[in-house]
Amino acid sequence: MGTAGVSISREEELRRLLAQVNDPELDEPVTEMGFVERAEVRGDGSVEVDFRLPTYWCSPNFAYLMLDGIRKALDGLSWSPAYRVWLHDHMFAKEVNRGIEAGKTFGQIFGELSGDQDLESLRETFRVKAFKRRQEAVLCGLRRHGLTDREILGMDLAALDVVRFEPGEAAKQMPRYRAALLERFPGRRPEDPVFVTSEGAGIPNSALGAYLAELRGVRINMEFNGALCRGLKHTRYKEADVVDGEPTLVDFILDRVPDKARPTQAPLT
Amino acid sequence: MFITPEGKEIFVVDGHTHFWDGSPENQRNIHGKQFVECFYAYHTALSPREQLWEKSKFEKYSADDLYRDLFIDGPDDVAIVQSTYLKDFYKNGFNTVERNSEMAKRYPERFIVNGSFDPRDGQKALEYIHFMKETYDIKGVKMYTAEWNGASKGWRLNDPAAYRCFELCEKLGIKNVHVHKGPTIIPLNKDAFDVHDVDYAATDFQNLNWIVEHCGLPRLDDFCWIAVQETNVYGGLAVALPFIHSRPRYFAEVISELLFWAGPEKILFGSDYAIWTPRWLVEKFWAFELPEDIKQERGVDLTPEIKEKILGLNAARLYDIDIEAKKAAFARSPFSIAAE
Repeated sequence: MGTAGVSISREEELRRLLAQVNDPELDEPVTEMGFVERAEVRGDGSVEVDFRLPTYWCSPNFAYLMLDGIRKALDGLSWSPAYRVWLHDHMFAKEVNRGIEAGKTFGQIFGELSGDQDLESLRETFRVKAFKRRQEAVLCGLRRHGLTDREILGMDLAALDVVRFEPGEAAKQMPRYRAALLERFPGRRPEDPVFVTSEGAGIPNSALGAYLAELRGVRINMEFNGALCRGLKHTRYKEADVVDGEPTLVDFILDRVPDKARPTQAPLT
Repeated sequence: MFITPEGKEIFVVDGHTHFWDGSPENQRNIHGKQFVECFYAYHTALSPREQLWEKSKFEKYSADDLYRDLFIDGPDDVAIVQSTYLKDFYKNGFNTVERNSEMAKRYPERFIVNGSFDPRDGQKALEYIHFMKETYDIKGVKMYTAEWNGASKGWRLNDPAAYRCFELCEKLGIKNVHVHKGPTIIPLNKDAFDVHDVDYAATDFQNLNWIVEHCGLPRLDDFCWIAVQETNVYGGLAVALPFIHSRPRYFAEVISELLFWAGPEKILFGSDYAIWTPRWLVEKFWAFELPEDIKQERGVDLTPEIKEKILGLNAARLYDIDIEAKKAAFARSPFSIAAE
C-alpha cells in the first residue's frame, strides 16, 4: 500500500472516530448533523477540523461539549497526530477555540460566566435524555411488533438481541439503546430486565403506557431541536464555500458522493 | 377573516407579529447582523418554497408589505405587534413601541401594539412603563429575557427588579405578558432553555396573563406542567406551527400534548410575521387533522370548534376584543395601500 492508501485509511479512521461524537442535546452524531465542515489529514499526518454550528447563538456549553468530544476522538487516533480544531462563526468562537487548544476545562475558559456548577451535571442530564429517547424508540418498535407489555418488560438481553426490526427508528436506536444500557448499568446481570428507568427501577406492566407518555415528551423536545438545527444548518451551510469544487471528507461523511465518483485517491491531501 | 371551504367565517387574531428593521444600516455590530440572519434562517428553513423572501426585503419590509401580508392577502383580523428593542444590537432598536405604533396608526382598529421594558434598567424601566401606558395605552408587553444589556446576558422573570415592574403593570391594567422563551446565555453551563421562572411569576401575579411564546419549546414538557398548575398561563404557537408544513406528524404530537395538558382554551395562534406569513399557516391549520393513532393515544381531538378558539377567540378574550364591534369598524375603514 502506497502513501495514498495510508492516507485513505487514516481518513477513514478519522471519519469513524468523529462519527462517534454526539450532539449532546440531540443525541445524534455531529457528522450526521453536518456540523463538521472540514476534517482533513494533512500531508505530514496532522489533522485539521473545522466545526460550525447552525447559528451564531447556539449554546456555548453545547459547543464546548461537542468540541471536547472531538478533542477526545482525535486523541484516540492511532498515529497520534498533532491536530487543530476551529469553531467558526459563533459568538464565543474566540474564547472556545483558544481554550480547547490549550486543553482547558469549560470553567477555565469561561471563568465567572459559568457559575459554580460543573458541566458534569449537564452531561448527566443529556445522558438521561439520550437513554430515554433510545429506549422509547425500541419500546414503541416492540409494541408495533405485536408484543404485549408483559412480554416486552419481561425481556432480558438475550431476548432483546434476537429481535430484528424493519429498517426505521427502532432499528436505528436498538444498538444505541443497548450501548447506553450497558454503559449506564455496568453491574447488571444478564438475566436482568432490559427495560428499566434511567434510575434502574423496574417498570410495572400496568404502567408502561404512562411511562411511554413521559418518554414521548422527552423525544418531542429533542426532535424539535433536531429538526430546527438541521433546517438552520442546511440554510447556513448553503453559503459555505466549496473547496475547489471537489468533494471533501465532509461529503463522504454525509454520503453526498455517488460511489462511481469516489476517487481512488484521498479526497484531500 | 378566514373563510373556511364550507363558507364559515373565522375571526383571526394573530398573537405574534413584528415590524422590525434589521437592515445593515440599522445594525450596530456583528450581533445585529447575526440576529436577523438567524431569523432569516428560521424563515428559509421552515417556509414552503413559494413563500420565501429575498434577504434584503426580510431585513426591512414596508408597512404596506405588512398590511398586505397580514390583512389583504392574509386572513388576520387583528394583529398583536410585539416590541423587541435589542438596542445593544441595533442603533434604533429592532422594533420599538414607537416604530410599531407609527406603523399601526393608519389602521388602529387592526392592531394591538404591545410594549416592552427591561427590568435591569431599574427606575427607568418603571418610568418607561408609565410612558408607554400614557402615550400608547398598551394592554400588554413582550418580555425578552435573553436580551443583552451591557455586561448582563439575560435576566429572569422572578428577579426582584422584574417583580417591581410587574406590580406596576398590574396597577396600570397592563395585563398580558408575552414571554419569549429562548436561549438564555448565562450561566453558560446551564441547560440553555428554561421556563421555570414563569411558574414563580404566574403564581405571584395571578391577575396577569402569562403567554409563553413558542410554548417553551424545546421544553414543552416543562411548559405543559406549568400550564396545568397555573390557570393564567397560555401557550403561543409561533415557531411550533410552521412544522405543520415540513413535519406534520411532529406538529400533531406537539399540538396533542398542548391540548391534553394546557387545553383548547389556553393555546394562541401566532404567525411570528415576518418570519412566516399567516395565510399559509392558517390554511394548513384549518385543513389539518390529527392522525388517528395520536388521537387515540392522547384522547384529544382538534375539532373545528377548537381551531376557531386557537385562531382567534382565545386571544380575543385575553384582550377584551368585541368581535362584532370590530367587524363593524373594519367595514368603515377599508384598506388602501400602494400597488406592488
